[in-house]
Amino acid sequence: MSDIAAQHEIETGSLGVDNRKLAIWTFIASEVMFFTGLIVTYMVMRGRSTAGPYPANVLSVPLVAVNTFVLLGSSFTMVTALSAIERGDARGLRRWLIATAVLGLLFLSGQAFEFISLAREGASLSSNLFGATFFTLTGFHGLHVFVGVIWIAFVLARAFRGGVTQDNHLAVELVGLYWHFVDIVWIIIFTVVYLLRA
Amino acid sequence: MTTTAGTLPVEKHYATGILRWLTTVNHKDIGILYLVSAFIFFLIGGIESLLIRLQLGTPNNTFLSPEAYNQVFTMHGTTMIFLFVMPLMAGFGNYIVPLLLGARDMAFPRLNALSYWLFLFGGILLYSSFLLGGAPDAGWFAYAPLTSLQYSQSHGMDFWVLGILMTGVGSTVGSLNFVTTILNMRAPGMKMSKMPMFVWQQLVTSFLILFAMPSLTVAAILLFFERNFGAPFYLAGQGGDPVLWQHLFWFFGHPEVYILILPAFGIISEVLPVFSRKPIFGYTAVAYSGVAIGFLGFTVWAHHMFAVGMNPIADAVFSLDSMIIAVPTSIKIFNWIATIWGGKINFKAPFLFAVGFIAMFIIGGLSGVSLATVPVDFQVEDTYYVVAHLHYVLFGGSVFAIFAGIFYWFPKMTGRLLSDRLGKLHFWVMFVGFNLTFFPMHFLGLLGMPRRIYTYGSTYGWDTLNLLETIGAFTIAVSILIFLWNLFVSLRAGEKAGNDPWDAHTLEWTTTSPPPAYNFATIPTVHTRRPFWDQKYPALATEKNAPPAPAATATAAIPHLPAGSFYPIIIALGLALAFYAMIFMLPLAIIGIVIVFAGIIGWVAEPR
Repeated sequence: MSDIAAQHEIETGSLGVDNRKLAIWTFIASEVMFFTGLIVTYMVMRGRSTAGPYPANVLSVPLVAVNTFVLLGSSFTMVTALSAIERGDARGLRRWLIATAVLGLLFLSGQAFEFISLAREGASLSSNLFGATFFTLTGFHGLHVFVGVIWIAFVLARAFRGGVTQDNHLAVELVGLYWHFVDIVWIIIFTVVYLLRA
Repeated sequence: MTTTAGTLPVEKHYATGILRWLTTVNHKDIGILYLVSAFIFFLIGGIESLLIRLQLGTPNNTFLSPEAYNQVFTMHGTTMIFLFVMPLMAGFGNYIVPLLLGARDMAFPRLNALSYWLFLFGGILLYSSFLLGGAPDAGWFAYAPLTSLQYSQSHGMDFWVLGILMTGVGSTVGSLNFVTTILNMRAPGMKMSKMPMFVWQQLVTSFLILFAMPSLTVAAILLFFERNFGAPFYLAGQGGDPVLWQHLFWFFGHPEVYILILPAFGIISEVLPVFSRKPIFGYTAVAYSGVAIGFLGFTVWAHHMFAVGMNPIADAVFSLDSMIIAVPTSIKIFNWIATIWGGKINFKAPFLFAVGFIAMFIIGGLSGVSLATVPVDFQVEDTYYVVAHLHYVLFGGSVFAIFAGIFYWFPKMTGRLLSDRLGKLHFWVMFVGFNLTFFPMHFLGLLGMPRRIYTYGSTYGWDTLNLLETIGAFTIAVSILIFLWNLFVSLRAGEKAGNDPWDAHTLEWTTTSPPPAYNFATIPTVHTRRPFWDQKYPALATEKNAPPAPAATATAAIPHLPAGSFYPIIIALGLALAFYAMIFMLPLAIIGIVIVFAGIIGWVAEPR
């Protein structure tokens, strides 16, 4: 009995939070600084390109707006997945996690399509400052989405083996925290890069 | 009496020999790995400094070519900061923090191993550049446009970028681990307000790493893209901005200064009370001044850039801000002095190094305040005055504190005391050598000798002082040899330490030396800031709520300790391979990435 009590104490920790959850929150705080660096670089370099293509001419807001809704929708499916397993609905969890991963892949496909069309217009990392800052910022965000999809795949694999239950669903919470963070970053990038592109 | 010592049966699934060290996830093993590796890098960086001093010892010297000199001073700075002081402090943190907290290990043992291997392979990556076409040569600060392909054509700066990224990821992962461990794994009863001071400073340092390192990561990624994919971030000719590098770099670089010195403050705050036989004076003030330094450290980065040509308002704001940092720092220094004041001093080597630290750090702090004054900075910017300042805080500060920590905790780690007689000799030789090397640099700076020059003419009046500095540098080298000799003889036949050789205050001294894998047979319950002292001398307890003798709280159960794991080293190795491929043949990076991915799958699937 005392053994279980001691074990319990260590898992919930001095702050009453699980170690892993605390670590994810701390990690996200550090990631905020990473994206701040990239976004600030984009803003500082805005309008300093000495040659085209310029953002006002090549960025397609409608396409990316659709893509933004796809990613926002994936946050909704992620919340639904968590809520399903909190009610003990293991099938619902799997279904909504798959939906989230599919939406993530859809977003990445949209981004790939956008990158290819931009490349056709002559934009690249080396074309000018716009290309350099744009592809670095959105590319690293895309990389984060990609990592998120892989992470979801790991959680799904565990869920299919029955490793995620109503009492033990921290894995879903953790990937959810990361996923929502990546989503929020995109809202800022969408605003800064696309809505304020002039 | 000591309820936390004693032996327990341990599950036998540990590798032995070299396999043990490659797969270990125990915080004490990893601490030792960190300490030893970082110390080897210290010796390498020290040899580089001797090369620098040999070259500068006499005017018009041709001992090193300009190209070689650039590589050596770049690697000296990079090594001492990223491969010596940071990982060495991480080594102390790894070994000591869980013991101070009354915990059995760090929160994430395998992540802990991963951060070590990332540091080690990052260091090896950096140093392999010497064999693969030339080391980095644009200074540890890597200012644009010196780093552009036009001015740095070897792969050196690519190695620098990737080596820094790799050690940076290691430090970030390690800091996540420290934050989680410190916030969440304190022994029952150890509120934040009862944590040992080293733990406090390690916590602040970890947050600094987490929030400052990303800025360097961004700066380095942009530089890599510029050099390898033609992205014109720092190229003024294409609209880019070299000053962007300086902002991104120093937004990391200034907090980095506190990343290097706050753990040193922590060590001093552990050593002084024990050897003065008093509680630390002004516990709360010392703890919160560390937090204040952490916050203020993020607001002063541009004081490295006064001469770049910012507007006068910005200069004034950053100047004022920088001077404000002197306040919390002075609070610490006065509290340390008050701690010693009236104490019954045990004049041993750790105490000597700690007091040497205070004296030298004050000199470095004062020259820092003078540099924060914009007109003074304009005058001495990029001269040896700056070199004098930074060595007084980083050598006179961090290195003296590191030796205080080594002499203090060596008996806990090995079970044997270092020779005190040799330790005192080491201290005095190092103290004289240090001041002989770096004090004249103040004058050389005021005489106008610029930093980073590989030689100088004999008409400037710099000859005598430079020769003195070279003699001083070799004096420091002698002191390090004395220390190595001390290590050698003490490891073989040093005096047995016992559990508590210093009559100390904190929990690490309640267990055996070296501690068993699980640290404490029974997790201790903490009531005061000096749990062990108050347990030994209830009558001398200074806190009101100190109970006469804390009783064991639970019956001993066999602690479950995680077995070793190969996956941390596999993941770090895969990343290193991917980075080599990024320098020489990008498509091959996929091999490294596949290894990393395989490592992650194994990691996740591994039963714990």
